[in-house]
Parts: sequence; structure tokens; C-alpha cells
Amino acid sequence: MKRQTRRLDRQPGEVIDRGSPLEFGWNGRSYPAYAGDTIASALAACGERVFSRSFKYHRRRGLLTASYTDPGCIVQVGDEPNVRGAHRLVTPGMDVRSQDTWPSLAFDVKAANELVGRFLPAGFYYKTFIRPRPLWPTYERVLRRFSHGGVVSPDPLSPELSSYDKRQVHPDVLVAGGGPAGMTAAVAAARAGARVMLVEEEHSLGGHLRWGDKADLAALHDLRSLLAASGVEVLTNSVVFGRYDHNHVAIVQRGLPHVYERLVKARAKTLVVSPGLIERPYVFAGNDVPGVMLSTAVRRLINLYAVKPGDRAVVLTANPQGDAAVVDLERAGVEVAHVVDARGGDDLVRVLGRGGVKGVELVGGHRIECDLVVTAVGWTAPLTLLTMAGTVAAYDSRAARYFPGTATLPDDVLPAGGVVGDGTLDELVAHADAVGREAARRAGSMSRREPAAEIPALPVDAHPELFHGPTHGIVDFSEDVSSRDLLTAVEEGYSSAELAKRYTTATMGPTQGKLESVNVVAIIAEATGRTISQTGTTTWRPPYAPVTLGALAGRHREPVRYSPMHPWHERHGAAPLVAGAWIRPDHYGDPAGEVLAVRERVGIIDVTPIGKLDLRGPDVPKLLNLLYVNRWSKLEVGRVRYGVMCAEDGVVLDDGVTGRLGDQHYLMSTTSSGAASVWEWVESWLQTEHPGWQVHVTPVTTSYASINVAGPRSRELLGRVVAEIDLTPQAFPYMHVRTGRVAGVDGCVLWRIGFTGELSFELHVPASYGLHVWETLLDSGNDLGVRAFGIEAQRILRLEKGHLIVGQDTDGLTQAFSAGLDGLIRLDKDDFVGRSELVWQAEAAAESRLVGLHPNDASVVPEEGSQLIEAGVICGRVTSSRWSPTLHRSICLAQVATEFAEPGTLVTVRLPDGRSVPATVTEHLASVDPEGARLRG
Amino acid sequence: MILIPCPWCGSRDAGEFAYGGEPTPRPDPRTATREQWRGYLYLRNNVAGWTTERWYHRMGCRRYLTVQRNTVTNEVRQP
Repeated sequence: MKRQTRRLDRQPGEVIDRGSPLEFGWNGRSYPAYAGDTIASALAACGERVFSRSFKYHRRRGLLTASYTDPGCIVQVGDEPNVRGAHRLVTPGMDVRSQDTWPSLAFDVKAANELVGRFLPAGFYYKTFIRPRPLWPTYERVLRRFSHGGVVSPDPLSPELSSYDKRQVHPDVLVAGGGPAGMTAAVAAARAGARVMLVEEEHSLGGHLRWGDKADLAALHDLRSLLAASGVEVLTNSVVFGRYDHNHVAIVQRGLPHVYERLVKARAKTLVVSPGLIERPYVFAGNDVPGVMLSTAVRRLINLYAVKPGDRAVVLTANPQGDAAVVDLERAGVEVAHVVDARGGDDLVRVLGRGGVKGVELVGGHRIECDLVVTAVGWTAPLTLLTMAGTVAAYDSRAARYFPGTATLPDDVLPAGGVVGDGTLDELVAHADAVGREAARRAGSMSRREPAAEIPALPVDAHPELFHGPTHGIVDFSEDVSSRDLLTAVEEGYSSAELAKRYTTATMGPTQGKLESVNVVAIIAEATGRTISQTGTTTWRPPYAPVTLGALAGRHREPVRYSPMHPWHERHGAAPLVAGAWIRPDHYGDPAGEVLAVRERVGIIDVTPIGKLDLRGPDVPKLLNLLYVNRWSKLEVGRVRYGVMCAEDGVVLDDGVTGRLGDQHYLMSTTSSGAASVWEWVESWLQTEHPGWQVHVTPVTTSYASINVAGPRSRELLGRVVAEIDLTPQAFPYMHVRTGRVAGVDGCVLWRIGFTGELSFELHVPASYGLHVWETLLDSGNDLGVRAFGIEAQRILRLEKGHLIVGQDTDGLTQAFSAGLDGLIRLDKDDFVGRSELVWQAEAAAESRLVGLHPNDASVVPEEGSQLIEAGVICGRVTSSRWSPTLHRSICLAQVATEFAEPGTLVTVRLPDGRSVPATVTEHLASVDPEGARLRG
Repeated sequence: MILIPCPWCGSRDAGEFAYGGEPTPRPDPRTATREQWRGYLYLRNNVAGWTTERWYHRMGCRRYLTVQRNTVTNEVRQP
């Protein structure tokens, strides 16, 4: 096993637990680590310096920031690709591998890309693989092998990796960023009475205080105690990745037991944005060679992980943090060979070495041997959440960084800490404390009379503008975009930041601009002779940090609905049919046999999903007259009527029967798929157009189980389970409704209708008795040959009868006269929904009609959707088609252009396989019993 | 996701509502010309700024309500 040769003695602020040693694997070899180590810190402690190969040129990459933004150590962990190795904590036995290297990290064949690097300029893929177009699939196959992205196992994921969670929270104040400013603001808001949530991407709170001096560590200790006592809910290893309208804030929370990630959707009354500052890399030749690090990276390695980052260092510094890194390096036993003070105009020219730093060249050609180059040249303010809230980033050349333009922020978003200024720790705390109190006040946690907290402004330190040295280097470390590529883009005319970004893909990698965006803008500004302010920025969009698709999708949940008779269907081998949310019996193994049972004897079908609305009140007839195309004002108690609804454009919306159960009591049925939308439709007309009408609507779809009893012997069967209702044709004629007791169950509704074309009764029974009534019917009708039938048999039966299905035989453009509903539509009514359009459709004559169609070859069943073609022009389509077991032939319904709608017209059906077959328009929509004798029997 | 103020339920996520769009007065069907009727069906002002629109609290109290929304900033207020 490897040894931790670079591990330092105990450091005051270290986050590793030396009492919990563990082992993990790196490219198949075993490595030691301590609990609290990240993958990168553990490997660095063992002397590893190379963690990945770069995106385009496959150059060796090591640590750059040693934090969650580090682009140089994206690794594969077990099944999981693209893990940020400088953020993910090691666990015992963890299997970590380098990504996209072949045959190995040390010797990667694809590094040949670097040799031809001058042939891979900006826009190389756009320019090279665009033609010839037919070759693109081949290009794609080859290029895919060069793509970056790890490996996803085709095997099912472990439960920990595949289960995700969602949570909704409603904090008064949400604080994004748990450095000293965020911690202070959270405590202040909580003390003011607010419910506060604090979210920090790192594994521990404290920001830069964690790698500070003794005073910083003492201050951090105090802040943590205050926070622990404040009642603030703290989420670490979690990140706010988006701020949306009305402070809807998306957070991804990691490191939970049992779920891989959790998406927390917060609706915050006030959002405090305190992300601190991110150190900016310096652009010069060799700036991506392993061993070139930012000052924060070496300070993190030394102080948090007790790792000695090198033996001999050259430091380029332009600020006090860089100076502090020199002190830290010396304390850690690293020889600081030379300090280049950029404040005095000194500069670095290039890094020497390819696989690792061997030295640097200074201005004037002087070379210094070293294995570590540290740069401290400035800061990037991560303004992402603030710009999502509407602020415009404003560049301040004196401080060499962007600041939020506070004037454009909404009242419910407050920036705090490093994004708004510098200052001593005391100044920062006083400022953040006021921000926290003001956030609580704006969230309404304090009395309204409380005056607004005065937020002290933070001083802004001057900082030299340092973006690049005298040589070209990498700007975007994730995408392998160099400063030379940006110049090429500008030369080719992509001179706006947004265009150059898209052309070069700079800022489009996993770091999403956190490290590179300021350098990109600065280099474009220089190349175009503009200032940084004139150049503008690229747009920051969610997500701020990488988010898995699993976290966005959440737990897999698809609710389904079952009728009370479902257990019986399952026991009797029903083939399930997914119909919206419902699982329905498609058939019980023999749909043709089920059809014949209904035609010859009696069958029962579960039609529970039919939409049912209970309508009460004196104005129900007005409502029905308005919504249906036919007349309803004279419907007597005890009658039911079929009705069709249209939208205001005359297009058929839904159909069903409605019965009058009492003087002011109606039961409306809708199609199964229209149950929800018709309810909404009814409410819409009642609430927005006719609020004065007295109608009370109650949805009762699932309050009743619905059973259709159909067939010549249905009356006989029903007579055995109904005692008090007279079922004789004289007492209970076609299109009538009765209520009463069925199979001992009170409160049932029976209506005589005939979707199947047979004598039939539809029963609506209180849902909890549905299974009982269903089984009673089957038990009582054994000798009658009763049989359950499914949706498929019902479809055949209704097609034989020529009854249309809204949405199948009509579509979103089918106006009522094209649906064969001429006899139903009453244009002499003063008004109904869609009437105007139907008046005009009647005047113009419908362009197409619904007709019955019989293929001349009775054995050919054209697929639904087959086109009708005459003289090379599409003149219609088959909307429904089945083999009819009753007639022993194929039957169809079709929409055809009116000139071909006359009975007896011969049309040509183009089958999906390209064959054309002749078919004849029939006289009626119905193929079986067009006179309706069976129905009315 | 924006918040919609429901008179019964208070402020709720827009995801609980169905969007009804700009309410357009229904012309008298006995006298409306085709142009008027099709304007009612299809033409909306679609302003950049304050607009009045209807929402239906589908996942809540089932009430149709009217709010004003600034289509540029997504500010929402009671009419």
C-alpha cells in the first residue's frame, strides 16, 4: 500500500480525523486516508499529483483549487462518473478511477491530440465535421470515443445511487453560503425571530476562516457556537443552484443516508446571497501543468488536510492572501525559492515541465527550479444567484472584480460578504449582522414598526488588474480553451463575449465560469480594444453547480387508479390497459368471444372510469343547454339524453349521457379521458361567464363503480338482482333512468343506454359495493352465459354499431358537422358553446365527414391512421378499424373529404406497407343493426 | 415558479393552477361577425408589462381567479 509521505503534523484547523484511518482504491491500487479527506487530498497526501487528463488535448492535470470548483480531478467513483474528486469525501473501500484515459493515466494515447493541437483551433469541430453531411454519423461514432464523461454502468444502480428525494421548505430567510458573513447573517435573522435555513456547498462552515490564523480559527469557533444555539437549520455539502421568480430557490442536498441526492425546493421570504469570493487562475504558458496551484489551494491543502503541496515553490502574489500563502508554505516546510510580487510589476513568463512543474521562467529569461508554482492574482465574485434575481454585474477596475448592481435587486434578495466588499473580520461581521436582521424584517419576522436595519457598507480594497502574463495559457481548464483560442475567435469575428463563449465553449464546462469567466471577458476586451465594462459578461443561468438528472427527476412516482372490481380482473387474467391514470381490463384472453357473448347472450364490463358529475340546482337545464349542442330544457325526470359538447371553435370536446334524477338533480357522464377536463370546463362557464346561475357541481367519478350490462339477456340477468325496479320495456324504456336497490345495495343509478348497440343497462353503484355487485351479477347469470368483457370487446361492439369515440374518430380540428352529428346539433337554440362556428360550418358545408367504410376485401383490416388517397391526394384517413366477429369482415370508420362521403363511393386506402386496397363508403356509420332494433328491445 | 394569490387559499405555487390566459369578453353569438368571433378565440394582447389574466386553482379550491401579472418581471398583484 502507498504511504502518506506528504502528510504534515497535526494542523490547528485540520478537518481530517486521524483517529479514523481508512483505505480506498485509486486505479486499482490501495491508498491510505483519514476520514474527512477528500479523494484529492488523500491522493495528494500520498504524493500523487496527476488526477486526470484534459478535455481536448489530454494533458496531465493536477490540483488547481483543491475545492469543489477544481477542474483537474474529475474522477469515476464505482458506477458514478464525473465526481468532483476535490470535493467528494473518501469512504472505506471506495473504488476511484481516472476517467477517459487509455491505456492509463500515466500514458494516455489520446495525448497525441496535443501534438496536433495547432490543428485543433477554436471551432475545429464546427469547421471540420460539417461536411460532407452524410458522413456525420461516422464522425459522431469516432468523436464519441474522444468525449469526456466517464462510464455509466449498464447494470442496475445500487439503491444508494438510484434513489432520490424531494423536499419542500418555506423558510423566512434562506442564506446561500456559510462563510463568516452567511453564518453571521443566519444567526442575526434567527435571533430576530425568523425561521432560517443556511446552505453551504462545502462539508464544513466557515469559509476562508478555516485556513486562517489563530484569531480566525477562534472567531470561527465562536461563530459555530452561536449558530448551534440559534436554531438555524444548516445544510452542508448542499448547494443553492438556482433562484427563480418569487424567491423559489432550488437546493441540492448531498451526503444523506439512503438517498443519493435530495432536491430541496425552498420558497424563501428573503434570500441572503453570501457565496464569498473564488480565486482566479492566472493565464500564462504552462498554467495547467500539475503543480501550478492557486494560493487558496495550497492553504486548503496545508491547513485543512495537513498535506504538503510541494518541496520548492515559486509564488506569484498580488494580495495579502498570497502573502499569507507564503507564510503557510514556509510553516509547512516548503522552501519558497522566490516570491514574484505582481504589485511591483513582476511577472511569470512560463512554467517549465510537461508532466509536472520543473521550474519557472521569469521576465528576462531567468529560470528557477521548483516543483510548485502558486498564484494569487485576484478574485471572482460568484454573482450567479444575484444575476438570476435581476442584478447586472458591474465591473470595478479599481478592485479588479465585478460587484452586484444593488439598484436592480428585488427587495427579497440581499447580498452579503465578499460579493459586496472587503474589510476586516469585525467589519464583515457587523455588515452581515445588519443584513441578517434586515432579511428577517423584510420576511415579516419582526414588527412592522421596526425600522429598516442600516447595513454598513464594506470597504473595497484596491487590487491590480491581473488576468494574463506575457505568454498564452489555458483560460478554461474544463474545456481546454486557451487564450490563443479566444484571440482566434475574436479574429474570426466572434467579438462579443456571448459569441466567443459559444464558439470556443469557454465557460461552458463543469465549472460554468466560476474560475474562468473574468479572464475570458478580460482577454476578449483586450483583443477588441474595449474595456471590460464595455465588453459585458456572459449570462449566468441555473444550475450554478452540477446537478444530477436524478435529483431533478426525484423519486419515481406514478400514481395509478384502480376500480373496486380490479381484484376480480386480476384474478381472471385480465390484460391490463393503461388509460390515463387508470389501469383497465383490455380483455380476458378472448375479445372476439367476449363480443359474441354480448351479441348473443349477456356481458358485463367495468366502466368505472367514466366521468360523473353530480349537478344540482334550479339552473342546471341552462347549463346543459349552454354546454351541449342539443336541446335540454324539456328533459323530464327519469329520462337520460346523449349530448355532445363543443369548444367555442366548434370542435367536438366530449360526449356522454346526462340523466335527470330529480327535479333539480342531474347526473352528467363524460368520457373517461375527459372526466377532469369537463369538470374544469363546467366550472369555467359557471364561475366566469354565469356566476349568477345556481348550480352546484360535485365530481362523483370514483364515488360510484360503474358496470354496463349488455346483451339480449341483460334484462333477464338484471331482473334477478333488482327487486323494486320494473325493468319491462314499457316501464323502463330506452334512454330512461331509474334509481334503487341492486343486489341489496341502495342508492344505485341505472340508465338504459346502448353504446354497444345491444339492450343494455348501465349501473352506477356506491363504489365500496362495486365488487359485490359485479360478482353477484356473474354468479346470478351462469345459466344465461354471462361473461365479463373488456375494453377491446367494447371497442369492437361500438364500432360495429358505428358509435364514435371523441378523440379517436374526431381530432383537435373536427367540428361537429364533420363528426356525423348533424341530427343532434340544434342551431335553432339561441346560444350554446361553439354555436357561431357551427352556424358557419353549416353554411359553408363541412369539408370532411365521418363515414362507415368497408374494405372490399373483407379480410383486410387497415391500420388505424391509414390514409385515403385519390388521384395522388390525401382525402381522408381511417379513424377506427377492427375485425368484426359478428359480421366476419373488417369494418372501419373514416374521416373523408365530403365529395367522397356519399354511400357507395369507392376510395383507396393506402396501407402502412405501401399496398393500396379499395374500400366502399357504407350507407350508415353502423354495420350492425343500423335501425337500432336490438338497442330498443 | 411564481406564486399566485388565491382568495381562498393564499399564495400558492403556480404549479397548482391551470393558466387561463387573458380573459376575453365573449361576443354576443347572435350578432358577432366571424372576425369578432375569431378575435375572441385567438387574438390576445400579449403585452410586455402589466396584464390581466385568469388562473384556475386546479389542485386546490377549484376557484377561477383573476390576477394582474407583469409579464416582464413576473410581479403579481390583485386586480
